[in-house]
Amino acid sequence: MATPTSTVVLSARAVERTVSRMADEIIERNDGTERLVLVGIQRRGVQIASRIAAVIKSREGADVPIGALDITLYRDDLQTVGPRPVVGKTHLPVGIEGMHVVIVDDVLFTGRTIRAALDELADFGRPARVGLAVLVDRGGRELPIQPDVVGKHVDVPAGARVDVSVVEFDGKDEVVLVAPEAS
Amino acid sequence: MSSPLGKDLLGLEHLSAEQINLVLDTAEPLKEISERAIKKVPTLRGATIVNLFFEASTRTRTSFEFAEKRMSADTVNIAIAASSVSKGETLVDTARNLEAMKIDMVVIRHQSSGAARFLAERIESNVINAGDGTHEHPTQGLLDLLTLRQNLGTLQGKRVCICGDVLHSRVARSNIWGLTKLGAEVAVCGPRSLLPNAIEQMGVHVFDRIEQAIEWADALNILRLQLERMQAGYIPSLREYNRVFGVTRERLDRAPRDVLILHPGPMNRGVEIDSDVADGPHSVILEQVTNGVAVRMAVLYLLAGNSPHLADAAKGNA
Repeated sequence: MATPTSTVVLSARAVERTVSRMADEIIERNDGTERLVLVGIQRRGVQIASRIAAVIKSREGADVPIGALDITLYRDDLQTVGPRPVVGKTHLPVGIEGMHVVIVDDVLFTGRTIRAALDELADFGRPARVGLAVLVDRGGRELPIQPDVVGKHVDVPAGARVDVSVVEFDGKDEVVLVAPEAS
Repeated sequence: MSSPLGKDLLGLEHLSAEQINLVLDTAEPLKEISERAIKKVPTLRGATIVNLFFEASTRTRTSFEFAEKRMSADTVNIAIAASSVSKGETLVDTARNLEAMKIDMVVIRHQSSGAARFLAERIESNVINAGDGTHEHPTQGLLDLLTLRQNLGTLQGKRVCICGDVLHSRVARSNIWGLTKLGAEVAVCGPRSLLPNAIEQMGVHVFDRIEQAIEWADALNILRLQLERMQAGYIPSLREYNRVFGVTRERLDRAPRDVLILHPGPMNRGVEIDSDVADGPHSVILEQVTNGVAVRMAVLYLLAGNSPHLADAAKGNA
């Protein structure tokens, strides 16, 4: 049995710095916080969205609404995955019609989650524009989807995965690259 | 490749507490979908569901249909007046015909106990029991459990009394199974002529007087009194039934605590339940109806993972 090796990609301090920069970029791109709505993808995207909102609050003094999107029911692989995935809560605190929505997720990989999120958002209204901010872009897209704001690009060898930990669920903030042992 | 509930939902008797909680936990976030501008998710796109009703039903059939449509399934309603046909033959024939049309799920309501199982054993599609004779009505039981859990916080140790015609009630049976599995204390209350013999063996208390039930309970689930029971001689008259067993404001006012009021509908106001109770502050009857759609969406979602056609498609990975 190969034992997996983990490499820390972002430490707790680095996560904090990265999230701060992402918040700045979001405000810059949006030219302020007017009509801005952050929508995190369950589960860890929601935590990252609220970190970004906290930074925006400290920078601009503005409370940006934060929503949560659970995309389970919009997945394109529901017919082939084994046991039914657990359905989480979707909650948008404000109407998104005409708003500047930024979807926030922890890791961007195939792009299929974002495709599902875009479909789900459309069922709630027609935002003026939709952006995408991710803590980690690990490449490997299977759909024509690109992020607007990226915390960190990570090259991921075949068979490896990126694990994002957040204090709320995992007891610490950290991003690690988990690779099967090279043989 | 199996669904967490198995192929079919025939009753709550054979589900574990874990499986029941999974349905309730899945139903909870699904409630939000019915409040969106576009009340629809694409989850069951391409699935065909037949609602096969051998018995009149407005509420349950409508609730299932809303649930199916909000999950984007294609639905066909078949209502069959079964009076003139032999039930066994009809079901077998119907089953074969349905299979030939390549369907994914059947929701069946039938006047014979065991009809849903009979069908489930003969077709590959998922079967959901929407009420079979006096046996079970599992989705009604689940929506009652969800409503109770939302209002009481938990079912563990809570006291729920099922009032009225328990003898003929599939709702009562599904409730008793579900409630006891989730740790609630269960009682029944009604005229002895409308309680099954040996009901105590299902692990429930029996109250002969509604006043005692009200004093004991955290919640009452008040069953509809079928009006034809009077002609059949089970009770002397509707007026007398209301006088002895009716849930009235006066009786509830004497309760030591607020008692939650449930009713599976349709209600006979002034018979088993008075209007000021049905419309009172502790009535959750309309909440039950709202929860019904969410619970049925949850059941569809959880069973669909075991759809035979889809399983075939995925066999490559198996």
